Formats: sequence, C-alpha cells, structure tokens
Amino acid sequence: MFDRLSERLDGALKRITRRGIVRESDVNDALREVRRALLEADVNFKVVKEFTASVREAALGKEVLESVTPGQLVIKIVHDELTRLLGSESAGLARSSEGPTVVLVVGLQGSGKTTSAAKLALQLKQKGERPLLAAADTKRPAAMEQLVTLGNQIDVATHREGPKSKAEHIARNAVDKARAGGLSHVIVDSAGRLQIDDDMMSEIQRVAKQTKPHEVLFVADAMTGQEAVTVAAEFDKRVPLTGLVLAKLDGDARGGAALSIRSVTGVPIKFTTATEKLEPLEVFHPDRLASRILGMGDVVTFVEQAQEIIDEQAAIKLEKKIRKASFGLDDFLEQLEQVKKMGPLSKVLDMMPGMGKLARNQEVADALEGDQMKRVAAIIQSMTPYERANPEIINGSRRRRIARGSGTTPRDVNQLLNQFREVRKMMKALAGGKIPGGMGAFGGFPGL
Amino acid sequence: MFKRLKRRRSGRDIEQGAAKSRRGFGSRLAGIFERSRITDADWEELEETLISGDVGLDLAIELTEAIRDRVKSDGIKDPDALLGAAREVLIDALRVNGVSEPPAGKPIVILVVGVNGSGKTTTVAKLAHFLQEMGKTSVLAAADTFRAGAIDQLEIWGRRLDLRVVAQAPGSDPAAVAFDAASAAVATKADYLIVDTAGRLQTNRNLMNELRKVRRVLAGRIESAPHEVLLVLDGLTGQNGLAQAREFHADVGVSGIVLAKLDSSAKGGVVFAVTKELEVPVKFAGTGESIEDLAPFDAEEFVDALMRSGN
Repeated sequence: MFDRLSERLDGALKRITRRGIVRESDVNDALREVRRALLEADVNFKVVKEFTASVREAALGKEVLESVTPGQLVIKIVHDELTRLLGSESAGLARSSEGPTVVLVVGLQGSGKTTSAAKLALQLKQKGERPLLAAADTKRPAAMEQLVTLGNQIDVATHREGPKSKAEHIARNAVDKARAGGLSHVIVDSAGRLQIDDDMMSEIQRVAKQTKPHEVLFVADAMTGQEAVTVAAEFDKRVPLTGLVLAKLDGDARGGAALSIRSVTGVPIKFTTATEKLEPLEVFHPDRLASRILGMGDVVTFVEQAQEIIDEQAAIKLEKKIRKASFGLDDFLEQLEQVKKMGPLSKVLDMMPGMGKLARNQEVADALEGDQMKRVAAIIQSMTPYERANPEIINGSRRRRIARGSGTTPRDVNQLLNQFREVRKMMKALAGGKIPGGMGAFGGFPGL
Repeated sequence: MFKRLKRRRSGRDIEQGAAKSRRGFGSRLAGIFERSRITDADWEELEETLISGDVGLDLAIELTEAIRDRVKSDGIKDPDALLGAAREVLIDALRVNGVSEPPAGKPIVILVVGVNGSGKTTTVAKLAHFLQEMGKTSVLAAADTFRAGAIDQLEIWGRRLDLRVVAQAPGSDPAAVAFDAASAAVATKADYLIVDTAGRLQTNRNLMNELRKVRRVLAGRIESAPHEVLLVLDGLTGQNGLAQAREFHADVGVSGIVLAKLDSSAKGGVVFAVTKELEVPVKFAGTGESIEDLAPFDAEEFVDALMRSGN
C-alpha cells in the first residue's frame, strides 16, 4: 500500500547516504523528495509542511555534522518524525466496566461504515465475545437490509426497526436489548453524513447522547485526499472520536490521509480493512506503518528488535570475531537463527535501508525463506565442529559426506560455502565501515 | 453526449454545494488579490491552494507556471485581471476536444463504474431522474450483485422513480443481469439503459475482468453499446483518483467522469490530472443528497469553487 512512497524516500535519501557530509543543499534535496512523496500519498499539505520543517531543523543541527555517517542520522530523523506523526501506540478497543461496550461507527457516505461494522462484529465474535449489530442508518435506501444480510453471513444478530424509527432510538433500544440479553458489545452502524450537514451532525450527537459510546470509530477511506483532515476534525468536534478505521487498504492508494488525520486530530488509528470478503478488521500497528512508509529503513525498530534478540555479550564477542575474521559457520548459523526470530527475512530486509527493493524481488525472497533456510541449517549441522570453525579445510570427500548427512548435494554445500565467504567478506568490510550506500547504516550488525 | 442537455441546467447546484463547504474556511486566495503587488509568496499560495484542492503537486506546479506565463505575456498588473487569467488557464485545462455525440438509435446504454463507495448506485438513480426530467425513459440494471443490499437499494430507487429495474438474485453473474436488462430495454423501447455495477478497486484483476465481460455482453446485445461508460469518482478522492481513471479507462474505456459528493468540502482537483492524461471529460457533478442533485459539469463554477478554497 505504501510501497511507492517508500521507494521515493529511498531514492531521495540514497543520495545522502552516499555522501560523507550532509550539506544544507543535500537536506533540501532530500526534503523536496520527501515533500513530493508525502503529497503524492495525499498527506495534507500542512502536515507535510510541519513534517519537513521539523526534519530540516533536526537534520541541520550540530549532531548531523559531527556524526560519522550523516545519512544514517537523516534517515533516523525522518523515521522518528514519521513515527511521532503516526503515534507510537497500538491501541485496542475500550471496554465497558459494566454492561455492553458500545461502539459507534461514523463517517462520510461510502467510506465503508457498514462493512467495517460487520467486520468488527466478526472480529469480536472470533474472540469469543457476543456482539450485537444495530442498524441505525435510516437514511440510505436498503442500508439496514445490507447490515442484516452481513450479520446473517457472520451469524451475528442485528437489531433493526421499521423505517420510521429514529436513529437514536434504534441505537438506544439495541443497547437495552444487549444489556438484557447479557451481550458483550453493541456496534451501531450510522448513516453516512457530511461534516457540513448540520441536521445530520446533530443526529449523530443525539445517538451518542442516547448510547454513551465507549468507542466512536471514524471510518476513513484510504483513498481520501487533502480534505480528510477537515472532515475528521469536524466529526471529532461533534462526537469526540476515539479511533480511526482505515478502509479499502487493498488498493494502491497510499493512505496518506491516515497520517494527516492522526497528526491533526490525535485520534489513534485502530484498525485497517480491505474491500473484498468479509474478514475480521485488522489491528493497526503504527510502528509497522512507519516501517512501510520508509521502506528503506525502519532503522529504529530494526535495531531495537535486533537488540532484544541478540544478547549483547554475544554481540560483543561476535564483533571481536568479525574483526579478527574468525567468524565461522557456527556463528553464521547462530546469526541466521537469531535473524529468523525477528520474522521472515524478507520483512527484515524490508526494514533495512536500501534493501526494500531487494526484499520485493521474488527470487531473493524465496531463497531466503522456508526450505532454503532449513537446508542451510541442515548442511551446517552435518559438519564437524572443526569444519564449522575452519571451513577452508572442507575438501571434496568432506563435501560429499556433509551432503549425504544433510540430504543435499555437494553442489548445495559448495554454494553455501561460497555464500558464507561472501558474507564474511562483507562483514569484514562492515566492521571497517567500508560498505557504501544503504548497508552502511547497518555497520556492525552481523549476519546480514 | 450530454452537451445539449447541459444548457438547461445551470451550475448553480455546484455553486450552492461549494458555498456550504466554504463555511469556516478563510479564503486564502482572496488575500493575494487584495494587494496590488504579486510576490513569490503569493505564487506559492496559489500553488498551495491548488494542492489543497487535490490537484496534485506536479500539476499544481505546472498550472501555476502556466498562469504565471499568462500573466507575464499579457502584461497583467492588476489583481482582478490576474484572477481572470488564472480562471481561464484552469478552465482551459479541463477542456477536452472531440467529445463524441451519441448515436441516433435507442436505447442509449450507459455503464456506470467505479471503486467501492464512490457513489455509483446513487448516481444511477440521479441520472435516471435527470433523464426523466428531460422526458426520457430509462431501464435500470442492478448488475451490482456483490454488495449486500445493493439490489434492494436500486429497486427502492426504481419504485420511487417508477422505473423498471432488472435484477437477479444476489451473487448472480452481473453480465447476465446486463444482458437481461439490455433485452428489456430494447423490448420496452426505453430511451436509456443505465447499468449499475459493483464497486471494485482498480487493482483487482478478477473484478476488472468481470467488468470487461459486462461490457462485451452489452456490445453483443446492442450495437456499439455501451455508448457511455461513466466513472464515478468520489469528490474527496486524492491522487489515487488518477490511478482509478487510468485503470478503468484501460479496461472498459471511460467516456466521462461523474464527480460525486461535490457538496461537501471536496474540491475534486484530481480531475485536472485525469483530463490531462486521459482526455476524458468530467460530464456530471453530484452536488447533494437528494435525487435532483446531479448537474452537468460546469467547469467555470468548478474552478471558481476551487479558487475560493484553501484551508
């Protein structure tokens, strides 16, 4: 969804990572690209302005000039700002302390409210909750039928009333019904309305007053442009929002609107959803989104993840080994396993500066995942400890033995040894800080 | 094809719709024209006004440059003349040459397409009403067999407008519905056949192929049908609107845009890019929630509303 934005930033920042010193003109170049990318992604132009201004301010500081690799720092600053913009927490659904939790779903026409309401019900049901849907869209023809149909499909009851009932009464009655029946949640689907339609905005206020919702979810179309902020802010003013649902994310819209809304209203993005199929809402992870936006490097998260997993002592020991070039196949395997803990390798690559494109290369992804990984482990485990520490002694007969032991071919063993030699060479360079471009940002991180 | 209908209705509706949305906004552009000297900051503001109207960065720069050139070549100094020049450049940018007229035969077949939630079904109903007002009869085809309630929604509109709606069971083949409806339109000698389709994201290959099939089936039943393929764009859509238009155009040949939901604070500026790249004109604007709220697109009104925008 955010791939092209990632590539844009990637391209802009590559120019910086390739140079030693960050000059003001470099920052300006990069920020021009950042601005372009964000605007193309429909991030509100005011948000973009603030964003680029704060990045510039931070980037032109003393720190950058004194840092060893200025490119790393600029990437980090862009990332930090983006994370701040998105919010750092991944907020769940609030819960009522007593009686059913009331969730009011609001938004413009066609943003995806009815579908989102049903998907939320499905998500809750799968968690063992007992939700009730309330059809309070009295405006659009057949909207109530739509919700009832969706409710039937997921086997969740829907409260609906006749065409003359008012939205606030339907919602109120649904809450009473849920309370009486001991149900866990009431999800109120409301009519689509324009933020400038005073009558309809009053109606949603009445619904909120009657039902005292624990959550007011604003459903935003991922394809929305610059006005997203105005719309969301106006809704927030009338019925204070507690969360955003970013809908229709399965297309190629970059969803910059979500960043804008989050940044201007402060309302956290809670769920995302696609257009096809009736599936549960997906929980939104701001940190992952920041990673995707940057694509070429969620440096911070990556480093944090790496730190959590790799024991610091081990890392120090390893660094020494790398420096002395005594890095053996045992270490190699250990590294691979540690990296594996961080998730699929393609995802790890995606978090690395300059590697996003590589991760999207299918051949590379295939080679790094699943069976290939298992084969590598099998080969290394079929070696003697001495062979693992001194791979250069592996000759033809040893190779055949290892291949037999691991159920592979001597050619596979050879290939692995070649790869290992490449990695070791690369790591020596890394330890010496000689790798150009994006990889430099990872100086010192072993195994990759 | 709607050119001759256009004269009957003024663009007043857009104007009113936009007026509603201006509440609470300062008119940044007015600031430019209140002063006598034009500064770089003013040009930047003009550019931002366009960006904030979803024109898109590249086109905003390009249009601002074009306005600058015009101002320079015409030796314009006073702010009023500048406003006039800006309007001209923007209105020009929305002009598309060689828009074809419809054939003499009937029924004229209109296929309505778009992404989820853009406002297709409502547009179909409004269009039928619009044609009804002109004394033209329509048959409606409920070929959105996917979204729960879509068929009901169109049938309710059909009852209100007293029009025939051809439908099958939910989940049935949309092409079959289109075929039936085409036959019904021919048999009843209707002037128009308006085909509602399911919302689909332009990136979904299967659903786009389904739409191609609907088109093929219509062509097989009625000569040179569909005569119009209207893409409904939500007026609030950002830069993805161009991708939508591009893909739908490549698959089913879009002949016109309906810019829906223009009554909100939406500016719909992405249509500049659509017009420029695809040479597909905007034909209608949805300007409100009631059935009358559809008007032939009026570029002048649209540009005026855009120029008065800005947050």
